[in-house]
Amino acid sequence: MVETTGTSVEVRIPSRLGFEKVAMATAASVARLKGFSDERIEDLKTAVAEACINAIEHGNQLNEKLSVGVILSTRADELEVKVMDNGAGISKPPHKPDIDRKVHGEEDARGMGMFLIQALVDEAEWVRDSKGKGSYVRLVIRLDKENE
Amino acid sequence: MQTETRATIDRTSGPNGASIAVLRFSGDISSASKEPVLGAWQNVAGSGPVLLDFSKVDYINSSGIALIIQILMEADKTGQKVAAFGLSPHFQKVFTMVGIGKYAGLHKDEATAAASL
Repeated sequence: MVETTGTSVEVRIPSRLGFEKVAMATAASVARLKGFSDERIEDLKTAVAEACINAIEHGNQLNEKLSVGVILSTRADELEVKVMDNGAGISKPPHKPDIDRKVHGEEDARGMGMFLIQALVDEAEWVRDSKGKGSYVRLVIRLDKENE
Repeated sequence: MQTETRATIDRTSGPNGASIAVLRFSGDISSASKEPVLGAWQNVAGSGPVLLDFSKVDYINSSGIALIIQILMEADKTGQKVAAFGLSPHFQKVFTMVGIGKYAGLHKDEATAAASL
């Protein structure tokens, strides 16, 4: 296995839906080098995809002149992912989707991305830049979760 | 960048010989999939039980899951039974997390899904 601890990989994708798959593939490659199981890699791929989709749609408002930055940093027992955009960040914490309300048309069928991110990784936090120059979501996925 | 969504309509038989429509999806299911997914559904809406086949789907994101929920909304209005099969273990977990299993049984294969309707 390639030694990855302390390394950092950065990807910039255009604010166009579909390009989240580039970030997904990169995250999966780094996680595979780090020795994560296939199951955890699938969790990471979905969390990274949803974070990028939020950044593209809501953060950068689909403005293709703006890019979404993705930084993957490896530590001894974990992988951290930061997904950065130019938006103001979120004002409400993620909520668990209510399938009954969705199926009965009382809640938007969409709006599950942040919930999935939080449910699939070990840590997720949404951070606004203190200078108002954008925001990012920080995800952490740990190797030791394998044995839980 | 996105792989095109394809949806075909097939027919199979339930355990009592009743005809069951099967919507077979392939490619990605995302926000760009509204027309193929909901268009295929319109061809079977209101006409008996339906199976959703995900065995050839490579990628589903939350916008794609929302389209499946729209199918379940339509089915719920008319009492139409829906079951799904062929999801990868990861997407079976994701569908369960968001509660889809309450409105559509999630099965490993077509025979089990058909037998559940």
